[in-house]
Amino acid sequence: MMKTLSVALVALGLSAGAAAAAGETGKVTNYDFSFEGPFGTFDQMQLQRGLQVYTEICSSCHGLQYVPLRTLGDAGGPALPEDQVLAYAEFYEVWDPELFDGEGDFRLALPTDNFPASNLSNAPDLSLMAKARAGFSGPYGLGTNQLFKGMGGPEYIASLLAGYTGEEKEEAGTILYENTAFPGGWISMSPPLWGDDVEYEDGSPTDIESVSQDVAAFLMWTAEPKLMARKEAGFKGVLMLTVLAVLLYLTNKRIWAPVKARAKTQPAE
Amino acid sequence: MSNATENETTRRDFLYYATAGAGVVVTGAAVWPLVHQMNPSADVRALSSIRIDVSGVEPGTQLTVKWQGKPVFVRRRTEAEIEEAAAVDLSTLIDNDARNEHAGPDADAAAANRFVPGPTEDGLEGEWLVMMGVCTNLGCVPLGDAGDFNGWFCPCHGSHYDTSGRIRRGPAPENLPVPLARFDDDVTLVLG
Amino acid sequence: MSGIPHDHYEPNSNAEKWLHKRLPVVGLLYDTIMIPTPKNLNWMWIWGIVLTFCLVMQIITGIILVMHYTPHVDMAFASVEHIMRNVNGGHMIRYLHQNGASLFFIAVYAHIFRGLYYGSYKAPREVTWIIGMLIYLLMMGTAFMGYVLPWGQMSLHGTAVITGLFGAIPFVGDAVQTWLLGTSNGSVGQPALNRFFSLHYLLPFVIAGLVMVHIWAFHTTGNNNPTGVEVRRTSKEEAERDTLPFWPYFVIKDLFALAVIMAVFFAIVGFMPNYLGHPDNYIEGNPLVTPSHIVPEWYFLPFYAILRAFTSDVWIVMFAEFITAGIIDAKFFGVLAMFGAIAVMALAPWLDTSSVRSGRYRPMFKWRYWLLVVDFIFLMWLGAMPAEEPFATLSLIGSTYWFAYFLVILPLLGVFEKPLPQPETIEEDFNAHYGKASADGAVAAPTPAE
Repeated sequence: MMKTLSVALVALGLSAGAAAAAGETGKVTNYDFSFEGPFGTFDQMQLQRGLQVYTEICSSCHGLQYVPLRTLGDAGGPALPEDQVLAYAEFYEVWDPELFDGEGDFRLALPTDNFPASNLSNAPDLSLMAKARAGFSGPYGLGTNQLFKGMGGPEYIASLLAGYTGEEKEEAGTILYENTAFPGGWISMSPPLWGDDVEYEDGSPTDIESVSQDVAAFLMWTAEPKLMARKEAGFKGVLMLTVLAVLLYLTNKRIWAPVKARAKTQPAE
Repeated sequence: MSNATENETTRRDFLYYATAGAGVVVTGAAVWPLVHQMNPSADVRALSSIRIDVSGVEPGTQLTVKWQGKPVFVRRRTEAEIEEAAAVDLSTLIDNDARNEHAGPDADAAAANRFVPGPTEDGLEGEWLVMMGVCTNLGCVPLGDAGDFNGWFCPCHGSHYDTSGRIRRGPAPENLPVPLARFDDDVTLVLG
Repeated sequence: MSGIPHDHYEPNSNAEKWLHKRLPVVGLLYDTIMIPTPKNLNWMWIWGIVLTFCLVMQIITGIILVMHYTPHVDMAFASVEHIMRNVNGGHMIRYLHQNGASLFFIAVYAHIFRGLYYGSYKAPREVTWIIGMLIYLLMMGTAFMGYVLPWGQMSLHGTAVITGLFGAIPFVGDAVQTWLLGTSNGSVGQPALNRFFSLHYLLPFVIAGLVMVHIWAFHTTGNNNPTGVEVRRTSKEEAERDTLPFWPYFVIKDLFALAVIMAVFFAIVGFMPNYLGHPDNYIEGNPLVTPSHIVPEWYFLPFYAILRAFTSDVWIVMFAEFITAGIIDAKFFGVLAMFGAIAVMALAPWLDTSSVRSGRYRPMFKWRYWLLVVDFIFLMWLGAMPAEEPFATLSLIGSTYWFAYFLVILPLLGVFEKPLPQPETIEEDFNAHYGKASADGAVAAPTPAE
């Protein structure tokens, strides 16, 4: 029994080491996010702030091609009212191949469309970025950092946005910017945030670290819109299975009792 | 003694029933999502309602839109077409049911029960006719501006519909159904 | 069945008799579920039910996923996102399937290592063991092909690496690789995706068939038990002292264990579903960009470590290259070692020369067995590490012990080991275990065989 438990635990731990090996990250700060932990939830206002940051700053280059615009109105996310979702969608244009007698044309986006893809070929799509990066790894490939701190995707994003030192260098015709979180230390994206880049209607802090965390939280939602539903289902499932396990334990005990009692009255011959 | 045995029996049985019950609940909770996943997904449900820009539709012309896989006729009728529809004696109709989700199950097929109210008070009353473009006989798409009643004509088996989309002659049993439709603003029609 | 004397199914009602004359299926099911089972089985015997549950769960969740998945290189990744975002409960079903594969392998490793400790592979259970090894191989093939389907970066490039291994086979390697991938240059693309999709759907049903044969086999011989002492078969009365009917005693016990394991599993699925995965697989597969570290899923890591351990500077590799005039090179040697590691495990029934079945009574065997377990975990960790020193040398050491255990230690132990006294009967072992909690607190030790 112990053997199995230890095998299972170690297997769980070591395998996470695998994720670490890919492109060791630099310095990633373990920011606290509201959605962490078994009872974590998205902060709706933070998601709306993050959406604003994405729209005003990131969307010029980066796409969110897997995210339907209508999900901006979903519960468990930014939960914008329906008319705001409609109005927001009209910021974007999509190519509709059925327009213009089959020749195709651009039209305003509808909530049923997805966000557009990236405008820049070397600006990766951000829909899944928070799950495509691991901010934490090891130590020594054991995977315990991720076990206790989480995979660290949003932490990595926030650390990256706040991690520019200001140094630049040129290499083979490209300008690279020094960044403490990016693997290798030099990133080709110019610093998108400088501090006070957006103005929040509710007066929330606009320093670079707060804005970075807001957009990182938003990107966690784009990557995993069902996060809250999943944790809720997990909790309910574990509860139900625990109740069942307890009942089965008692049933098992009850069934075996006469057999074990007989053993006591007939000790080893 | 017998009381004790009986209590023991019922206690033992209770545990077994409770365990079996818990097992059924857990199994049910597990099975439901496996069944529910086949119900329409979020993207399909989102397309259950669409918005149509009708600003380019002139009176006397029709826009045909695909909605949930089927054609919808959005016709902006002329005054003559509206009057012709209103003048029809209901007793001559093959199907005297409005077939309009807005009008309710008992509404008759009077022209007033068939059109979509316009976006503003100013427009011509009854100029917007919205119907499923599927013949109620065997499902072909009727042709507009055709037939003996100045409405639609289905070439497959010769059904004639009037300017209000009501069946007047031919094998089709029912008037062309009017789906849920309303104007959200001056130029946007919302279906569903 | 099982050679253990016991009552068999008797049809009672007229309906039962009617059916039994035409197709004795009720009898088959009844006799299977009521089979006499050694009463002293411990908690290491629950993994069979966990494995069966995993197979059923993977098949059901898999069939559902296929209702929404598109096996085309341009749409596969997006269709998985469709499942995660749009399909009702799709995200849970996907995570159940993804993590269910890990649970499947945790259970199979526990199941196999139980067999290795208690000598379940020894006569007369060799066929059960071999079928088990075949099931294990099919599981690995199924899991490998399933991992390709989301068409992420690891899906694509991991497949390129592993199918590239087939290219290492002398003479026929390139033809085999071309045949596997359906492309002439080793590139992984649409042909591979489509055929892996087909085979990934097929193999679980082959596994299900083999599982039924596996059960048939160990029902024929009877289960092993922690003492390795066989159930008494001279009479029904004696058999009943060593066994209990599978239903209800072991069905309920197994279901309890399953409920506990499912509670832990569901916690992982609900709260940390991506812990065992690789973030790079959330990036759409791009043949033009290779990830910095290509790592297989955790359950393949020990074999990946063995594969990479045999580089061209290792003396045994150089020796092999020499005597085969270069036909066996380092790459092929690694492939041979990787498959060889499983082969030597499959040959355990014939390599283990001890007349004592259970590791409980084999003092010299015990610590070497536990070292094997540690070695397995060690190799798993090494498989995730980069192919540099000190990991390269450590992988060699780990691989050496693995082969040494099966090829040297097991054969020799049978000759040199002096086993501890074993109980005469299962009943004796069972009573001793529960007799310990007797009123006067005295420990009732099993009397040694006379």
